[in-house]
Amino acid sequence: MRATPETIVPFRAKGFAPRSNPVMGAASIAALVGLWQLGSSLGWISPVFLPAPHEVAGAIYRMAVSGELWRHLSVSLWRIVLGWTLGTVVGVAAGFAMGLFTLARSPMQAFVGILFPVPKIALVPLFIIWFGIDEGSKIATIAIGVFFPTVISTAAGVEAVQKNLIRLGQSFNLSRWSIITKIILPGALPSILAGFRITLSVSILLLVAAEMIGAQEGLGAYIIRAGDLFQTDSLIGGVVILAALGLLFVGLLGLAERRLLRWR
Amino acid sequence: MTPSVHRGALRLASGGAILPDNRPRDRGLALKVDHLSHRYGDLSVLDGIDLAIEPGSVAVLVGPSGCGKSTLLNIIGGLLKPSDGSVSYSGEIAPDCINPFTYVFQDFALLPWRSVGGNVSLVLEDSTLSARERSQRIDEVLALTGLKEFKDAYPGQLSGGMRQRVGISRALSVRPACLLMDEPLSALDAQSRLLLLEEFAQIIDRARTTTVYVTHNLNEAVRLGHQIVVLSRRPGRVKEIIRIDRPITERRATDADMVEIEAHVWDLIRNEAAIADKELGHAGDA
Repeated sequence: MRATPETIVPFRAKGFAPRSNPVMGAASIAALVGLWQLGSSLGWISPVFLPAPHEVAGAIYRMAVSGELWRHLSVSLWRIVLGWTLGTVVGVAAGFAMGLFTLARSPMQAFVGILFPVPKIALVPLFIIWFGIDEGSKIATIAIGVFFPTVISTAAGVEAVQKNLIRLGQSFNLSRWSIITKIILPGALPSILAGFRITLSVSILLLVAAEMIGAQEGLGAYIIRAGDLFQTDSLIGGVVILAALGLLFVGLLGLAERRLLRWR
Repeated sequence: MTPSVHRGALRLASGGAILPDNRPRDRGLALKVDHLSHRYGDLSVLDGIDLAIEPGSVAVLVGPSGCGKSTLLNIIGGLLKPSDGSVSYSGEIAPDCINPFTYVFQDFALLPWRSVGGNVSLVLEDSTLSARERSQRIDEVLALTGLKEFKDAYPGQLSGGMRQRVGISRALSVRPACLLMDEPLSALDAQSRLLLLEEFAQIIDRARTTTVYVTHNLNEAVRLGHQIVVLSRRPGRVKEIIRIDRPITERRATDADMVEIEAHVWDLIRNEAAIADKELGHAGDA
């Protein structure tokens, strides 16, 4: 093939480099809500199946002014904070033990391997028998659900710390404690924080599951009651509040990541 | 970045604070490697190594790939237990020495989440030094290696040469009695390597710390070594020890006798290096 008189070399490295655009993300949600509102206003969507967005907003407003929102939200938040913290503290400790000590490694691997795939929701009735119908079973459900992903992400993070950095600590005679706290912990932190992203969603999921059985208060109980009464606007209002809670957690985690992983 | 390299070197040449003149010149330890052998499972990598390294001298270990140079260094540094034989040392360890056997790593081994100053500080934090003394030592070594202005920079912001300079600063901050350098220049580009080699020559000459230096690069070997220990291919045995008496700072890589020594060392290992290369290739295939 002869190129005459001269041909510009074409650029071929197009694509395969997706970029994030927060404006597009927000616009997509707004467009979806707009379509939903339009469908409802034009009568295409039955209010029994899916109430219009403004009705959902009205339900949330009524819930807020009556004090019901704060009553349910505060109870749910308390359960999540307690359950998530408990599962996280024990999970991080167990993950470190699994990643660091031969004695803990194989038993923990077997334990996690067997119990991690078990759907934790199936254990709620058992937890009610073990820990009572009140707070104990709900917090235990969330804690157990958070524990397993935390163990896995922490152990993976510990194992992923470059061996040459541990060797550096050993070659400079750093104490075991210094190696763990100054080399392994910061090295494993990206993986641990990535695990938090999963466990915060898991904790919301399990909160609702636990509150659907034998709870008088909490967002899960509110949603199930609204469903029983066919109050779909309140039901979806509860779901919107759960989604907002999830967004809040992700935002807080993003802040923590930016602060703790500044070096990246 | 390059000008700081020269500034560091000049500061060093004009007398850094890290090694005041009243300190004994040879502060290193004498090392003795006694009939040392090592095996990884069935694979014998070192066989009957005997070696004596004088205090304050530089022993460079060279040999074909896989001959056990780094294994020997790690045994000397106490990071690996030998299968047979032993390594012993004698001499006085200065009271200000925090870590007698100190490594400089090929891959720098810097904590990416700590600044330059923080990386040096890491190895001093378990010592009995006060915060003021620690900060003083950090400033001294960073001034010596021309990194003072980069104290707050993170490793990810530095070039390879600068990162290794942090590795050197960290090693010097503990005032070692024996420096163990595992191919410290091999991860660098050719220009950084040349610049840092000259700095090493000055630092090593001034510190007079016993140094064991592993390299593939024969030019580095003749530039820095008081004795060049040539190992045979696996299992590594001492094939020949070449002594160079001329002071390190008075050597030029282009000097006729240096070129001659380099050619002689290459003659010693050329054939074995070719065979070792094929052997390693087969091991890789397997």
